[in-house]
Amino acid sequence: MAAHKPRLAVFKFASCDGCQLSLLDCEDEFLALAGAVEIAYFPEASSTMAKGPYDLALVEGSITTAHDAQRILKIRRQSKRLITIGACATAGGIQALRNFADAQEMLASVYASPHYISTLAKSTPIALHVPVDFELPGCPVNKAELLEVLSAFLIGRKPVIGAHSVCMDCKARGTPCVLVQGTPCLGPVTHAGCGAICPAYRRGCYGCFGPMEQPNTASLATVWAKTGATKRDIHRAFRGITAAAPAFAKEGDAHDG
Amino acid sequence: MGEEYRLTLAGLQALLDALGARGYHILGPRLRDEAIIYDEVTKLADLPAGWTDRQEAGQYRMERRADNALFGYALGPQAWRRFLQPPRHTLWRARRADPAADDFDILPADTAPPKFAFLGVRACELHAISIQDRILRDNAYADASYTARRAEAFFIAVNCGMAGGTCFCASMGTGPTAQTGYDLALTELLDATRHEFLIRAGSARGAALLAILPHTPANEADRAQEAAILADTAQHMGRTLETNGLKERLQANLEDPHWDEIATRCLSCGNCTMVCPTCFCTTLEDHTNLAGTEAVREQRWDSCFTLDFSYIHGDSVRAGIAARYRHWLTHKLANWVDQFGEMGCVGCGRCLTWCPAAIDITAEAAAIGRATHDQEDQHGNA
Ligand code: SF4
Ligand code: SF4
Ligand code: SF4
Repeated sequence: MAAHKPRLAVFKFASCDGCQLSLLDCEDEFLALAGAVEIAYFPEASSTMAKGPYDLALVEGSITTAHDAQRILKIRRQSKRLITIGACATAGGIQALRNFADAQEMLASVYASPHYISTLAKSTPIALHVPVDFELPGCPVNKAELLEVLSAFLIGRKPVIGAHSVCMDCKARGTPCVLVQGTPCLGPVTHAGCGAICPAYRRGCYGCFGPMEQPNTASLATVWAKTGATKRDIHRAFRGITAAAPAFAKEGDAHDG
Repeated sequence: MGEEYRLTLAGLQALLDALGARGYHILGPRLRDEAIIYDEVTKLADLPAGWTDRQEAGQYRMERRADNALFGYALGPQAWRRFLQPPRHTLWRARRADPAADDFDILPADTAPPKFAFLGVRACELHAISIQDRILRDNAYADASYTARRAEAFFIAVNCGMAGGTCFCASMGTGPTAQTGYDLALTELLDATRHEFLIRAGSARGAALLAILPHTPANEADRAQEAAILADTAQHMGRTLETNGLKERLQANLEDPHWDEIATRCLSCGNCTMVCPTCFCTTLEDHTNLAGTEAVREQRWDSCFTLDFSYIHGDSVRAGIAARYRHWLTHKLANWVDQFGEMGCVGCGRCLTWCPAAIDITAEAAAIGRATHDQEDQHGNA
């Protein structure tokens, strides 16, 4: 047994903090986590911010500034294992909608003095900048899945996180399919993990967890059209929280204009 | 087996009461989320009186009937499989006092199997359960959980008074009349003059229960009415599947370009496998806790449409959607015969109805190898 507890660090990039909150939301398990690791760096939760190296880094958020593009390189160098959590870190997040527009023009329309803002033209996932050991999608991540990833890391096994469609979880839950009943749903092309919450409340899936392992988005767009969804509806559905994930970006483009 | 009797609505309630008194957890059709699902039923008012379902490939809608039939729908999205082989359950747990210790204790998975009574089981579903029995129970590697749940379960079949838009049990020889595998079987007799059931027992415990219910012997008119209903259902199947030569044709046409065409439509979402009453595949998941002191092994439904399913030594054998759909369809309608001596499809139509992309197993099976066949026919005629 190693003499020291593994050192955990939690870093934030462009994001809403929701995924870090999922970790804090673990309540009972959070005590167990604090027992199993040394929480070395977690500004959201603690004022002690110990220097690296770290055994495990959890990274939330996307890269949107030149400064952050440098910062992630340094974090990677200090971290034995680096796991990205959430839609921002794994796909660029909602802020990646700028990738489909002129970011400078957007700045000018929002800020009185846009020249004070220094930002990149695109919001990009962490894995485009540094090698990532595991990507956990979700907006926010599911806390049970986050605990699974942490437990797997601590004992040295592969995390049990399926990359199948939301549909399989929907069926396991016993929910009648809202798409077959006439409500557009992104479940068939979306990565499982949320527990198929929306269809259980009679809503179509919004695609928060991003593309599943082999999404046939073109076929799903045809299915949507049959339910009465317009080209614009389909475009907007793929331009959601994981708009910049390549499979969704491409399908969104195909229904542009 | 059994002779036919007449059972009134009050008699049906007496049946539910008697099962409840014997400790059964009764599951039957209920209206929820605009669908017929299987859930707890204790009184007749729980049943979906006056509702029916309109089904097409990729479409399902509830509609009002003109009458108050209790079983006046075809089939809902859920198979009884979810009770006999639950979507997820724990096989065992392991615990050690100290994360550094090498030895640990194995704790068996809890609980005695629940005692289920299933109300409203259709002929195709009984047949599907007999198929799963062969695989999960009557096998050198019997599934203990399935076997225990299965042994306790009490089956009340309902013969189909209507066929759904995607039903093809008549083609598969599995319905619409329940032949075996039930404890009691009902046929709903409903017209302007009466709302009753024809009931027969299919097992000793079914007969014992029937004996304590208020019932009267059926007459010729009752039997004739039942025969007419079931003949009408058989004649109004929403789909047909030509099974003659099907296995050979599918196995001879594994490279048919039509598989690739299907793959442009198939979402690989796995819905077809999740709703199929004969699908039996599961996978195992091992989880540990943060402290490293507890482990749990769970069994959950798996689908041949995932990449993990065929992942062997570094890659997925069935990497594309065409290969996965082909695997699924040829297993159901051809390779199952080599493996288990019969087809793995009972014609329930669930995979058609609940496929978001409206992919129809009967149409796709008919299309495979057609190009080759047509050519051969032409040669034959020349
Ligand atoms: S409701 Fe959506 S996620 Fe659920 S099975 Fe239907 S298409 Fe899939
Ligand atoms: S056949 Fe239909 S239900 Fe089955 S995986 Fe393909 S799209 Fe999904
Ligand atoms: S393959 Fe389709 S029609 Fe056949 S038993 Fe399964 S779900 Fe029913």
